[in-house]
Amino acid sequence: MSFALSTPLRRGLVLAVLAVFGLALAGCGVNNVPTLEEKAKAAWSEVQNQYQRRADLIPNLVETVKGYATQEREVLTQVIEARAKATQVKVDASTITDPAKFKEYQDAQNQLTGALGRLLVTVERYPELKSNQNFLALQSQLEGTENRVAVSRRDYIQAVQAFNTEIRTFPGVIWARLFWGAKPMETFTATAGAEKPPEVKF
Amino acid sequence: MRLAGLSAAIQGVLAAIVVLAFAGVAAAEPSYPALTGRIVDNANLISAEARGRIEQKIAAHEAKTSDQVVVATLPSLQGVTIEEFANGLFRHWQLGAKSKNNGVLLLVAPNERKVRIEVGYGLEGALTDALSKVIITTAVAPKFKNGDFAGGIEGGVDAILSILAGDAEEWQRKAEIRDDESSFSENLAVIMVMIFIVILIVSILRGLKQGGGGSRMHRTRDGRWIALPTGSSWSTGSGSGWSGGGSWSSGGSSGGFSGGGGSSGGGGASGDW
Repeated sequence: MSFALSTPLRRGLVLAVLAVFGLALAGCGVNNVPTLEEKAKAAWSEVQNQYQRRADLIPNLVETVKGYATQEREVLTQVIEARAKATQVKVDASTITDPAKFKEYQDAQNQLTGALGRLLVTVERYPELKSNQNFLALQSQLEGTENRVAVSRRDYIQAVQAFNTEIRTFPGVIWARLFWGAKPMETFTATAGAEKPPEVKF
Repeated sequence: MRLAGLSAAIQGVLAAIVVLAFAGVAAAEPSYPALTGRIVDNANLISAEARGRIEQKIAAHEAKTSDQVVVATLPSLQGVTIEEFANGLFRHWQLGAKSKNNGVLLLVAPNERKVRIEVGYGLEGALTDALSKVIITTAVAPKFKNGDFAGGIEGGVDAILSILAGDAEEWQRKAEIRDDESSFSENLAVIMVMIFIVILIVSILRGLKQGGGGSRMHRTRDGRWIALPTGSSWSTGSGSGWSGGGSWSSGGSSGGFSGGGGSSGGGGASGDW
């Protein structure tokens, strides 16, 4: 062969071609899809993390309230049941791309939010409990956690918005179909009145 | 057929433009004030004398621990909750160093009668939600109730600083150890990558010399053609991706006052009076 090339040269050439090809592709935004996907996944694990943190706080809270508000068994039972239900929902990698699973998770957590809100309203009737240091600390932790949940949900919604937009618009839609097979992710829907704790009539 | 496809494409583009326009409207955030110093007193609550005193305390603490504590007062929350505003402002200002997220924001909205301590990720362990709440209910709110805003803010800052100083020494020691380790391993990684690149270039150049170079198209053994760039374009091709890893951001303590890239996930507590 007149064009015979030495092995190291050939190897070098292949590497260089691959490098140039890779750089050119990166310039086209082929990496945006997995980058945004990872960001959204990280935001999702933060959401789960904060919901878990809330679930971990509840047994302590229930114990403390029990000591003072014995006649509020119904509300306490609701909280315990809602927590059990929320922690039983199985969450895996497909949860964020499966509308039904995602809705199940969201509904369970929303139910727990509602039950907790009712409990905290009930507690207002027990001045002794309200001045209990342990309860005050738990209450502020719970408030803090609810706020972290809100922040992490907002971050997740933004990350998913960026990802879903990328895989549905040019040129991301090409890479998403050709290379990554990326599916759009589910996002939280605001439930009516979710921002405020539910009102309880006495 | 082709026309139909074209018009569908045009419709798609138009829809995308409309969606983008709406997204722009929907994503409108409240307008955040500029970070002009450690105390941004836009609601005019603090006298010059108290301001100097509080700033000095914060600066002394920052010099020791690099924690970035900022006080902001606002004439209006622009219709959002104080939690949302505080988190947005904290992230807008990027309080605390990027690697440590060690910022704290004390936000006061006198017209809405709301106050919040927003804590960066890195300080959540020291300044917990429960402690933040205690600060607000014991050191801040009672003074605000009496109209003593400067006193409440100073009391709050004092409490925040004393809690942060509690384990600051130990924390700083840990952070230093971690910094050293990471910078050493990062340097090692950079050096190894550079050695690898040098070896690659040298082997390519040597191969070029031996093989004589010059050919543009080359047929591989299984009969496919691959395009070969000329000799001069190699080094630019492989070298252009590497810049000297210069993403070290300083804590932002020198020169003008600014955030260091820190973030917060909503830690802290709020209260009213």
